[in-house]
Amino acid sequence: MQYKLTTPVTREDLAPLRAGDTVLLSGVVYTARDAAHKRLMERLDAGEPLPFPLEGSAIYYVGPTPEKPGQVIGSAGPTTSGRMDAYSPRLLDLGQSIMIGKGKRNQAVKDAVVRNGAVYLAALGGAGALMAGSVKKLEIICWEDLGCEAVRRLEVKDFPLTVILDAHGGDLYESGPAAYLASLESKEG
Amino acid sequence: MRTIQAAALTEAVARLCIQANTYLPADIVAALDRQRKAEPWPLAKETLGLLWDNMKLAEQTHMPVCQDTGMACVFVELGQDVHIEGDFEAAIHEGVRQGYGEGYLRKSIVGDPLRRVNTEDNTPAAITVRLVPGDRCTLTVAPKGFGSENMSRLGMLKPADGVEGVKNFVIETVRLAGSNPCPPIVLGIGIGGSFDKVVYLAKHALLRPIDQPNPDPYYAQLEQELLASINALGVGPQGFGGQTTCLGLSIETAPTHVAGLPVAVNVSCHVTRRATAEL
Repeated sequence: MQYKLTTPVTREDLAPLRAGDTVLLSGVVYTARDAAHKRLMERLDAGEPLPFPLEGSAIYYVGPTPEKPGQVIGSAGPTTSGRMDAYSPRLLDLGQSIMIGKGKRNQAVKDAVVRNGAVYLAALGGAGALMAGSVKKLEIICWEDLGCEAVRRLEVKDFPLTVILDAHGGDLYESGPAAYLASLESKEG
Repeated sequence: MRTIQAAALTEAVARLCIQANTYLPADIVAALDRQRKAEPWPLAKETLGLLWDNMKLAEQTHMPVCQDTGMACVFVELGQDVHIEGDFEAAIHEGVRQGYGEGYLRKSIVGDPLRRVNTEDNTPAAITVRLVPGDRCTLTVAPKGFGSENMSRLGMLKPADGVEGVKNFVIETVRLAGSNPCPPIVLGIGIGGSFDKVVYLAKHALLRPIDQPNPDPYYAQLEQELLASINALGVGPQGFGGQTTCLGLSIETAPTHVAGLPVAVNVSCHVTRRATAEL
């Protein structure tokens, strides 16, 4: 099943999504990797405001290549999400709704996804040129000193994503390979 | 004795950095093409189709295939009858600096592993030099992304573990990596040598095109068996499930100690990059 979503999203928007569904996401997406997440935590610890509104937001774990003159963004595929596991549950509890990256998450993140009615979506790892095509506008909003890891505000149109973790406890990284292997057994049977 | 100017090394390395990050090698393209047609599982087939589109788009728009344009691993086969006029290593680092700057490639290197300040120009390169007969200098730039690099493993097995132990170690590495290294993956496998040598073998194995089997039929057979076992895991493209978990793998071996059986697996992805020039 394919869904079209626009950020900011609500819990109700995300409720129908199931692991293995695809999503075309439009609207505003913020970028942050390890270093930016660490600084977000420091701001929260200090009781200071975050550089962007978390409620219903989507955070994309990406460090793009520098844009050439005339380009909106360089190559922009996802980085490994597991490095953000230490930070994500806190952000989800504070209102973040969508995480975008690639690769496995830990149990604490899975629990936070279910608890908050959020989702974890995969962008195509290694497909940086393709993912860049959906980005219509880019603005660095914070921590420029972090270079490719600076926080960017992206405006995306029909950004192609796959649901990995859904709000009901589904995990495509477990169910996808299992379903494929089961299809082989049923053929042999 | 033949003289090569250091500036010629710089120019070649800069060009190869851009080329490798923009155009995938023919063997990887061929494997991706074969698998996108052969893959039976619908989501996997669709995913491989998108990876193919990405590769073509990068080629047409001269964009990096992947945003992780990697650590610049530079392999040099230096003829022993070559004299380099100028500073050899500095010339290679300068090539990386120019290539990553002019090519709009991402600067992903921190100058210190714990204090972590970006060097801003992707230097230093990781340079490996081998002296060979003759008066040529062959340069290979193989930019390595860390999504897959982080999933690599080294094991000091016991001789009694034998070939089954090696197979289990390799398959376990792929299983543990799961979706993280952006499957379909490519593996470089080192067997034998010492603690340090086996890792070099694994990395060097990634330089061999995946359509070229190991010249020793025993290891060519082992390569085939491992590939079949890995693709029976069901991990599939991006870990979404499917037949295509691994595009190909290469084994390199070296003599080892009576008491040991080192094995190393260097995990790479569907964006396994290498570009070579001969000076």
